[in-house]
Amino acid sequence: MADDYSSAIENEPSGIVNVSRRRFVQGLGGLALGVYLAPLMMGRASAATRPGHAGFEPNAFVRIGTDDTVTVIAKHIEMGQGSYTGLATLLAEELDADWSRVRVEGAPADVKRYKNLFLGVQGTGGSTAMANSFEQMRKAGATARAMLVSAAARQWKVSPDSLTVSNGVVHHPASGRQARFGQLAVAAAKLPVPQEVRLKDPKDFTLIGKAGLPRKDNTDKTDGRAVFTQDVKLPGMLVAVVAHPPRFGGTVKSVDASKAKAIPGVVAVVPYSGTAHTFAGVAVLAKNTWVAKKGRDALDVQWDDSHAFKLGSDKILAQYRQAAAKPGLIAHQAGDIDAAFAQPAKLIEADYQFPYLAHAAMEPMNCLVRLQGGRCEVWNGEQFQTVDQATIAHQLGLAPEKVSITQLYAGGSFGRRASPFSDYLSEAVAIAQAAGKQGVHAPIKLVWTREEDTRGGYYRPLFFHRARLALDSAGNLVGWHQHLVGQSILAGTPLEGFGVKSGIDATSVEGAAEPYDIPNRRIELSTPRNITVPVLWFRSVGHTHTAFSTETMIDEAAVAAGKDPVEFRRALLAKHPRHWGVLQLAAEKAGWGTKLAPGAAGEKRGRGIAVHESFNSYVAQVAEVTVKPDGSFKVDRVVCAVDCGLAINPDVVKAQMEGGIGFGLAAALHGAITLKDGVVEQSNFHDYPVLRINEMPAVEVHIVRSAEKPTGVGEPGVPPIAPAVANALFAATGRRIRKLPFGDQLKTA
Amino acid sequence: MVKFTINGKAHSFDGDPAMPLLWYLRDELAMTGTKYGCGMALCGACTVHLDGQAVRSCVTPVSAAGGKKITTIEGVDAERVGRAVQDAWRKLQVVQCGYCQSGQIMTATALLAANKNPSDADIDAAMSGNICRCGTYVRIRAAIHEAARALT
Ligand code: FES
Ligand code: FES
Repeated sequence: MADDYSSAIENEPSGIVNVSRRRFVQGLGGLALGVYLAPLMMGRASAATRPGHAGFEPNAFVRIGTDDTVTVIAKHIEMGQGSYTGLATLLAEELDADWSRVRVEGAPADVKRYKNLFLGVQGTGGSTAMANSFEQMRKAGATARAMLVSAAARQWKVSPDSLTVSNGVVHHPASGRQARFGQLAVAAAKLPVPQEVRLKDPKDFTLIGKAGLPRKDNTDKTDGRAVFTQDVKLPGMLVAVVAHPPRFGGTVKSVDASKAKAIPGVVAVVPYSGTAHTFAGVAVLAKNTWVAKKGRDALDVQWDDSHAFKLGSDKILAQYRQAAAKPGLIAHQAGDIDAAFAQPAKLIEADYQFPYLAHAAMEPMNCLVRLQGGRCEVWNGEQFQTVDQATIAHQLGLAPEKVSITQLYAGGSFGRRASPFSDYLSEAVAIAQAAGKQGVHAPIKLVWTREEDTRGGYYRPLFFHRARLALDSAGNLVGWHQHLVGQSILAGTPLEGFGVKSGIDATSVEGAAEPYDIPNRRIELSTPRNITVPVLWFRSVGHTHTAFSTETMIDEAAVAAGKDPVEFRRALLAKHPRHWGVLQLAAEKAGWGTKLAPGAAGEKRGRGIAVHESFNSYVAQVAEVTVKPDGSFKVDRVVCAVDCGLAINPDVVKAQMEGGIGFGLAAALHGAITLKDGVVEQSNFHDYPVLRINEMPAVEVHIVRSAEKPTGVGEPGVPPIAPAVANALFAATGRRIRKLPFGDQLKTA
Repeated sequence: MVKFTINGKAHSFDGDPAMPLLWYLRDELAMTGTKYGCGMALCGACTVHLDGQAVRSCVTPVSAAGGKKITTIEGVDAERVGRAVQDAWRKLQVVQCGYCQSGQIMTATALLAANKNPSDADIDAAMSGNICRCGTYVRIRAAIHEAARALT
């Protein structure tokens, strides 16, 4: 990724003026053929014919230039989770490429070639990027390797079996001949694509599993050159800064734009309508962001709230409490719950509250669109490329292939840029359409300020859990009854079929009471239909709340049974060796059972543990806390053990655990979006605080050695941290926290 | 007319002097390494140096830069400390999404220019104005120590 700005770009077809061309090659002239797992598109490889890109393009995922550059095409977005590095590692491993010559480019939106094999759409979510690509990318690399080897064998008139490949060079050891990939690329491009290739024995991996392999985005992101949506500029482009209605579902009644239009540089003021799932609003268009924002701030808009959502968080919570007192739909049932609770030796009852949470990615939502010549071009970092493509095509009455998407880096997302309704993208299109009707035909870059981003909805849903646990006289956990109340993420979306069965949204209950072996168990769910605050997956989705209630209640049960929390879990995890494996590892590495070093005078210290599986990965964390006499506290250290199958990039796995802990702590300590009469009360980082460095514990990550298939790492680091810290705070103070965020709860007597 | 240098190059500006430096850099000069995150001096994504001091360019009007030397992420490697910080960042693979990292590097560079051997507490104090939503803080701390070592 060593392109420089100076190579930009008068003749680049997409017309970007400020970024390097090679990152934005669109409409791949050489027509990469989807050779793998796309039977309809089987065929011969084609030589890349784009000028300046002579070389070899054996399939949809790799291009090898005559300059030896190996370009990996990434079907998954890079939003920090390391997908570009991981995908490149898989392909380069089987290709035996020189890692330093491998670069990564985002794939265009094309479901035929680039769908997520688990999701069926081109998209990134559920921590599936590596898992679904594991064979696909390796086969792509192995196929390219086989063709390069064939090309060399023909040239040298030797058997392909007599050749070896390493670091981007094909060798013929018998004769000492060798050729670099770039020297073979043109010849390889003329060969048929082999239908069968052998993949390496994992013991021969040199890149997969290698510690310290440099991330592919490492350099660009330390010198300011990485390009995010926020950074793209097209000729004639206008920036749109918008005013949104204060309540979800509000519309524009009237606009007095006179003051805004008087500001020099304001080009147009554009009211636009929304849908049930996207904002209506008023956009101010200008050449630069600051002028557009000044214009927006000068607008005088009257909003129509007659159909808007008007409840506050307190009312929502009160309704949920009532719902929890009545029977819900049964999501899981085992044994005889009534018998278990008839005469329990010990009974634990607990209510849990979880607020709405905003993703608050550092790059606020934004999207660049150009409507021109019966096409729509989109530049964005987004998780759901072909969902967005279809939505925008429908909105514009175009065929999907008339909507192209250039995939950029996203400055975080955490689920927010995986919008089933394509909310902010659709909004950009609506503004461009409305501007067109005013005669303003220009590429439009919608940028939400932090305030729109914070108030923009699509939150982690507010949840209420009511739970009771029964223990018998021997201290065995014999009954678990839990009722969860909260909005469905999937219901009513185009993805409903993926996860809603008999009225139960799997993402509402995933992880509840899991995986413990409890003879009598009932999980109920109530899904309020009248609460229409837009909600969405938030890094680790349902596990953000279910892991908390499950892992803190297990801790309570252990205490009630007079047992050590790790030992207590062991008995309940007999059938779950991977859970037990990480739990044991984290406990051992943290020195579980040893005495914590004492704090300063008056300080109390405590250690807590939690384990949780999400997205087929297993994570246990031990947290150590210090509580000051005034009830304020600090998380000092976290020891984390993760079993994610084969760790493709151990360093990325570690980074995701560290980051997941930081992200989970932000929600645990501070995160809360609240509504007052339907209006979001927070707006920026002063009233929606996230984690800062002074609150970040020391983190130690241990990866379980495993030969199992790789599973997700983007999300699974998040769920255990909040319960581990809550359990540690209990160990230190004897007080249970059941309402999130923790905030100052320990400060009140 | 406001005059200043950016990364050693002379510039002059005769637009609205109230315009925040952030938008001048990004929208007028296409120097997009400096990021917008909050617009209220709350997140540090927009951090640049004015005569070596770390400032939040989202709340710094262009007029305040008059006669001063501005350094941005695009030019921070011209100085030894900035280069060491970037090297340490790469060595320890600090970045995730990367959006906050220009600001982190600019603040870290200003810290190390003023304090050659910061403790964890010094780092936390100096860096707490820079949010990283991806939670790269563990590595930021380690990378600042690493850069400090490399500079001695
Ligand atoms: S954008 Fe300037 S501090 Fe956040
Ligand atoms: S790396 Fe993503 S916000 Fe810091």
